[in-house]
Amino acid sequence: MSLNDILSLLRISLHAMVPLALTAVGEIVGETAGLFNIGLEGILLLSAFGGALAAPHGGPVVGLLVGMGTGAVVSLVFAVINTYWKGTQMVTGIGINLFAMGFVAFGLIQLGAPGFHDVPKAFELTKLRTPMGLMSPMIGIALVLPFVLYWFLRRTRAGLMLKAAGEMPEAADVAGINIHRIRLVAAVFGGVLAGLGGAYMSIAWLGVVTKDLSAGRGFISLACVVFSGLNPLLALLGAFIFGFFQALAEWVKTLPSKPIPGEIVSMLPYLITLLVVSGAIGRVRFPKALGTPYKRE
Amino acid sequence: MSSVESSAQSRWLRGIRRTVTGLHPVSESLLAAVVGLLVGAVLMYIYGFDPWRAYVGLIKGAFGGSYELASTISRATPLVLTALTFSICLRAGMFNIGAEGQMYMGGIASVLVAYFVLPRGLHQIVGLLFAAFAGAAWSLVPAFLKLTRGVHEVISTIMFNWIARWLALYLAIFVVVDPRRPEKTLSIPISARFPVLVRGTDLSYAVFVSVAFALAMYFLLWHTAIGYEVRAAGLNPSAARYGGIRSKRTMLLSFVLGGVAAGLAGASIVMGLPPTYAIYGGGGLPQLMNLGFDGMAVAMVGRNHPIGILVAAVFFGGLNAGGRVMQFYGANPVPLEMVRVVMGAIVLTMSVPELIRLFPMIRRRGEDLFGILRRARRTERRESA
Repeated sequence: MSLNDILSLLRISLHAMVPLALTAVGEIVGETAGLFNIGLEGILLLSAFGGALAAPHGGPVVGLLVGMGTGAVVSLVFAVINTYWKGTQMVTGIGINLFAMGFVAFGLIQLGAPGFHDVPKAFELTKLRTPMGLMSPMIGIALVLPFVLYWFLRRTRAGLMLKAAGEMPEAADVAGINIHRIRLVAAVFGGVLAGLGGAYMSIAWLGVVTKDLSAGRGFISLACVVFSGLNPLLALLGAFIFGFFQALAEWVKTLPSKPIPGEIVSMLPYLITLLVVSGAIGRVRFPKALGTPYKRE
Repeated sequence: MSSVESSAQSRWLRGIRRTVTGLHPVSESLLAAVVGLLVGAVLMYIYGFDPWRAYVGLIKGAFGGSYELASTISRATPLVLTALTFSICLRAGMFNIGAEGQMYMGGIASVLVAYFVLPRGLHQIVGLLFAAFAGAAWSLVPAFLKLTRGVHEVISTIMFNWIARWLALYLAIFVVVDPRRPEKTLSIPISARFPVLVRGTDLSYAVFVSVAFALAMYFLLWHTAIGYEVRAAGLNPSAARYGGIRSKRTMLLSFVLGGVAAGLAGASIVMGLPPTYAIYGGGGLPQLMNLGFDGMAVAMVGRNHPIGILVAAVFFGGLNAGGRVMQFYGANPVPLEMVRVVMGAIVLTMSVPELIRLFPMIRRRGEDLFGILRRARRTERRESA
């Protein structure tokens, strides 16, 4: 393993980290306010598809914006069902995932090439030349955003209001916070970030949409959230670890000697996720009202 | 006299209202199905298809004759079992999303009977036992992770789905592979296959396995003490613990039962679906793919009740079977994937509690107004008296 190999491994892991970090950090905001969205997987898939469709009509930035919009719309549906209509959050998430699986597969067939859709190279987000090789500018966003949100959640009035809505909605309601509205905003913000992560996958990283593009990333970022205990900085670290093992799996698969079958290597990120989560848990604590709809007495 | 009349009338009204309330779960499922089909219709319209013709094709393909009906029931067979996986655990208060992976493991395990020579009957039972054991073992790990390390079962079961998928692919391609046809696993020997029930269709005796399991689960959950404990632990964990129910035991039991159901679902495909009686490793396990996820939709529409699940599974089996016909019906080729869009929309709708009461907001507003008026009249009367 030469220095070059290490550098390329690092580069791939940073790229693989971006969607996980963005999604996980967005979900942290949502979970702080008390909404547990397991539909992230579906949001990633839908926004990757939406972004890829929009990119040829206005460039990569428009594609990313459309991806964010897709994430916002889907999570708005999720949030309305689970705030004003007091729905079951798990079931809504499962519904979003099923819908996304069906819709993207359906849409891909309608585009003519069953199974995958290439984003033309001209409409992909340009990668920057750095000493480490070509890097997507989105890596910078994914590295900075967790710090901003860390500050926002701990040091601002709005962040503390979010926390109150997740910890003890009754008290927050008495204090004059509109629980439903604040949860809705938090969930939509999380959806926007997940949408950005999804559009990044198709426009700025892989350049292709397949019907299983998200490949469990939504759930891996949920695992990041669990691992982090709602701390955006730890979530970034978790996203990097999982990104690294995804990159490692891809790297082992391309080795000419094929020491391990590809099917076994592909399990690696999921196994590591499980191991890390089962090792990290126990010390983390979650908002008291996480996952329960708020009903006024 | 007038008061007697009015009380008789109100008893009638109350009876009707109670019946309607009792039927709420059913009407909510129906409403969700309608909403799902409408969402599908809108999407088809946007993409330039004729939704009406597509649904006509779908219904004809699902329930249009004895052949279509048989293939609908054949599609429903594994869905009943994977739906039970989800709903048994939900009744115990947990979200077991792992039916998909547990089903892969069950399917692979039942292929192992190809290495044995056993008399007919015993061979099938051995295959089912293998599948049940593999499914249960695969679902016990998340259960133990939850018990010992507090890992949320949604995350662990999803990770296990992906691990199971790659493991099953690996086993299908390298281990239990048919040496003469490397694209598939060994075929189940004839003595271990479920015979075909209706000639010329792919409906086999496996359907009895899934119906029997559903009825057994109904009996277990609603007519035994242990089933009562499982449901009590799901309804209110702290009250159940206070009442002396060991929640760890009910949790493990529900996960084992769920795993058994999912494993049997895999076996029902491998041992009971003509013509291959094998798993295709190439193309990513096409016969098994997504049965676990579809099962969750079935469980929701079946209101997590075994009998409801049987009905809902026929509906979704019909969607799947009819979807195949819809693809080729009347120059209006709507892809099969539309069926899963409809399923997702149905589950989304089902996640809204008391759907029936939510939609006619106006009615509730009206009732509020009515109540205020009545109260006002009562106080008026009291004041005059």
